[in-house]
Amino acid sequence: MNAATALQPTFQPARLLLSGNEALAYAAYHSGVQLGTGYPGTPSTEMLENFAKLGGHAQWAPNEKVAFEVALGAAIAKGRTVVTMKHVGLNVAADPLFTAAYTGVAAGFVVFVADDFGMASSQNEQDTRYYAKAAGLPLLDPSDSQDAYDFFAKAIEISERWQLPIILRTTTRVSHSKSIVTLHELPPPLQPPHFVRDIPTYVMIPAYARPAHARLLKKLDEIQEWNDSSISSLQRVIPGDSSLGIIASGIAYIHAREAAPHACFLKIGMPFPLPLETIRKFVASVERCVVIEEGDPILAEAIRAAGIHVESKPPLYRLGELNVQKVRKILNYDISPDAAVPRGKPPELCPACPHRTVFSAFQSLNLIITGDIGCYTLGVLEPFGEMDTCVCMGASIGMGLGMRHVLPEDQARRVLSVIGDGTFMHSGLTGLLEMVYNPPPTGHIVLILDNGTTAMTGLQEHPGTGRTLDMHATGQVRIEDVARGIGVQNVIVFDPDPKDGEENLIKLVKEYLVKNDTTVIIVRRPCILSAKKEKEYKKVIPITEARGGCHGCG
Amino acid sequence: MVADNIINVIVAGIGGQGVLRASDIFGQVVFAAGYDVKKSEVHGMSQRGGSVVSDIRFGKQVFSPMVPPEECDYLVVLEETQIESNVHRLRPNGVLIKPDSIDLTKLRNKRSINVALLGVLSTYLPDLPEELWLSAIRNNFAEKLHQINETAFRLGKSSR
Ligand SMILES: Cc1ncc(C[n+]2csc(CCOP(=O)(O)OP(=O)(O)O)c2C)c(N)n1
Ligand code: SF4
Repeated sequence: MNAATALQPTFQPARLLLSGNEALAYAAYHSGVQLGTGYPGTPSTEMLENFAKLGGHAQWAPNEKVAFEVALGAAIAKGRTVVTMKHVGLNVAADPLFTAAYTGVAAGFVVFVADDFGMASSQNEQDTRYYAKAAGLPLLDPSDSQDAYDFFAKAIEISERWQLPIILRTTTRVSHSKSIVTLHELPPPLQPPHFVRDIPTYVMIPAYARPAHARLLKKLDEIQEWNDSSISSLQRVIPGDSSLGIIASGIAYIHAREAAPHACFLKIGMPFPLPLETIRKFVASVERCVVIEEGDPILAEAIRAAGIHVESKPPLYRLGELNVQKVRKILNYDISPDAAVPRGKPPELCPACPHRTVFSAFQSLNLIITGDIGCYTLGVLEPFGEMDTCVCMGASIGMGLGMRHVLPEDQARRVLSVIGDGTFMHSGLTGLLEMVYNPPPTGHIVLILDNGTTAMTGLQEHPGTGRTLDMHATGQVRIEDVARGIGVQNVIVFDPDPKDGEENLIKLVKEYLVKNDTTVIIVRRPCILSAKKEKEYKKVIPITEARGGCHGCG
Repeated sequence: MVADNIINVIVAGIGGQGVLRASDIFGQVVFAAGYDVKKSEVHGMSQRGGSVVSDIRFGKQVFSPMVPPEECDYLVVLEETQIESNVHRLRPNGVLIKPDSIDLTKLRNKRSINVALLGVLSTYLPDLPEELWLSAIRNNFAEKLHQINETAFRLGKSSR
């Protein structure tokens, strides 16, 4: 397919019941997005998967920073682009994010980030709206699937008009709830990608970055003014009883409509840059005005900083997700704790999961285990209880090394890092470099649990699987070759066979714990749930026919 | 039955039991019947035998996708163990539908318990035509599973 034919996706008007992520995928496809790239992470993952199913060009990158950079390159080359990630992924991509605000882009560039208040499947609650302010990028905050669809198109429009990346932020309930969406025709890209050299715009040496910073501030002023005008259409006033006015955005708006059906509403679609004049007018028209927002009180603080008097929520409601009941309580000045509800059954490793063998073995080894993020993090729970730290993807290796450097020898020798294959590809490589470069006196052991997939987030492919997002055969990075190439002293591949794997692993780890070497043990056995996907692999298009395959012979 | 008020349904079970499949089917039924509908669940780690809960709300206009506390009209539980952690969400006169709401000995394939209990649910919602249920079921399964799931649905439907 050449670039020009990709500009006009097939469009059929329809009314569908879609999740927020599915709606975003439709919007990206209907807007003629030429490249979708990202890194899996709940609750953002299904956006890119659905974009691929619709026929879009989608690919998983090794991590969010690389994904962002791939997308930025494409957008500077005038390709409409989306990059997807979860909230913590934006920490990984933050470096290019901040300076991309200076360079800007030549075609629509949507940074889709999904926040997870309530931590359904995350290690922290973090509010992406801070990044918009910190980096100086506009941010859109849809409330449901229809908004997600419409706002994506708006995001492309704003991004192209001001030649800036734009953040489209959802939260768990917007991404994962289904609601009705009416699809409509969206404007296609203006022209096919082509690169125009523009050194002062795209080369951020200080001499060019100084004027770029000033340009960015000017763009933000213009966007703020535009957002305050009626043509933005991102804000909406719902008239009601003027004794109570509510300013809300995202899912909080939806809960608030149900909690206070008679109130007046100002629905904010773009919380940064904030339409302060619109807000000032709305506040003046009501007797009492309360800001309802999920996460941190960012809207309320910005409005108050502009000298406008609004009520904010009590700090208690910064924790977790909002819901209708919590909004009612906020409106009633009620800060009593919610009644305790019985908790459901927590997740656990699947019955025949290969990770089980490893954690059973750990129980006999008296280790200090610096852990990482993936299904195997469940090894911290009963019946295993075998993990001592878990912070962020890739942290297991660095943290294990740090412990080994400072602990007395008897404890240092017990430290072991455990990391999954997906996480190793994401951010474990640099940890191994550190291990080879600054080895502790007692050496170190890293266990890489290679189950051939990114299981935790729903079985995604990664550079170690040899398959692309859409199951084409592609180049495969072999962990053992990488570890040897980096210069790790001992590299062992081990099969955790349910019969004798536990026993053999205990022996193996004991053998290497007493040495002062750097050691990587790759524990390799497929995730049992990936078997179904493996069958698909049999149908994979061979590498010579695959996209990006054999270029030599055309 | 369904006038201006919203009907709230919760489906609960264990990861792998087909909670999301059941709520998808039900969502499609009420959508096809012309109602506004919102459906919401927390997933992402459901593969490992943990609890899975899905909320479906329908009516003339639905706002929040989550069923507020003690406003659930019908709680469909695919496994007895999941009653305890969800039953507090029922309204005072809400209906609990659970595995022994049907004659389990007549359920040929235990995996179709999700569809069988949808059959029970359908008896409480007579405004939703049977054809919509059957076509939503067919939409959600491979062809070779159509028969077994239709039979399961009818078993549930005839249980009351
Ligand atoms: C920066 C960042 N991006 C994405 C995620 C979501 N996430 C959690 S674990 C994981 C990868 C798990 O894969 P792997 O290490 O192979 O372990 P498995 O689940 O297969 O056992 C991902 C992508 C995250 N927590 N942090
Ligand atoms: S999904 Fe795969 S890796 Fe995760 S617990 Fe189950 S078998 Fe193990």
